[in-house]
Amino acid sequence: MRVKSEKRELTEADLTPMIDMVFQLIAFFMVLINFTQTEANDHVKLPSSELVKPPEQPIEFPIVLHVGFDGVIYVGGDQYTAETLGTRFRSELAVLRAQGDAGEKEANVIIRAHKDVAAGEVQEIIRVAQEEGLENFALRVKEDLSS
Amino acid sequence: MKIRNHEPDTKVELQMTSMIDVVFLLLIFFILTFKIVELEGDFSIRMPLASTDAGQMDDSQLPIKLRLIANEQGQLTSILLNDNNLGTDFDQLRASILGIIGTDAGPVPAGEGPEVEIDTDYNLRYENVVNAITAVSGYKVDGQPVKLIEKIKFAPPRRE
Repeated sequence: MRVKSEKRELTEADLTPMIDMVFQLIAFFMVLINFTQTEANDHVKLPSSELVKPPEQPIEFPIVLHVGFDGVIYVGGDQYTAETLGTRFRSELAVLRAQGDAGEKEANVIIRAHKDVAAGEVQEIIRVAQEEGLENFALRVKEDLSS
Repeated sequence: MKIRNHEPDTKVELQMTSMIDVVFLLLIFFILTFKIVELEGDFSIRMPLASTDAGQMDDSQLPIKLRLIANEQGQLTSILLNDNNLGTDFDQLRASILGIIGTDAGPVPAGEGPEVEIDTDYNLRYENVVNAITAVSGYKVDGQPVKLIEKIKFAPPRRE
């Protein structure tokens, strides 16, 4: 009887360079990842300005409004118009008052408006906010690094 | 008889497959959660509701009036600074602001200095307003920002 003594040789690929590369990639992405909650909204494309700098410390008591191209205002997943925004401001202020001693004088309204929205819509938002006693506004723009 | 098949010391091969599985999972996780964050900043505007007793204002506190006029499509057609037509050139606006407040005034304390009131047409694109705010609030020299006017407010909205 013939005994098959053929050993099937498994040619093993050298995995070292691949693992090197993969670890490099992982290290790259791990270093660059940041879990900070970005307040981005898909409907908003911010205008840019060369003068702004990212704030050194986070703005206290923020109320972030996203204003889409068509003037729709997005606050925390809900949609509003300038007319219905007042109720939202009231509930946000109620939350702020309940949490701490911040009131409408300390709250900051951060307006992230699309670059092509009518400027009057932004003015309307500011007017509605003023009626609720809010007085600190921040117009959020993208930092322009080209110059 | 028991035959012990004692082989001489063989090299222990590291089992790569499971490690590569995990490593690829990690890689995919990081690639999917990776997001290029654009740097953003704010133009701060302090705008309390206008008080009804405007009588205490004297002339020196009157804001510089900046009027932005748009056409039907929302494009900027002219900039009026205290009723002087400056066309659509934001550099000229910056130069005019420099002429008004003067260059040798020295640094003013924060929250002081003249005020600009922006009065814009309702349908003007917001981008133009931001450009105007950029022009009046300063400029950059060799990467260093020079501040001009920090107090900015909006006129009441013009209804369509």
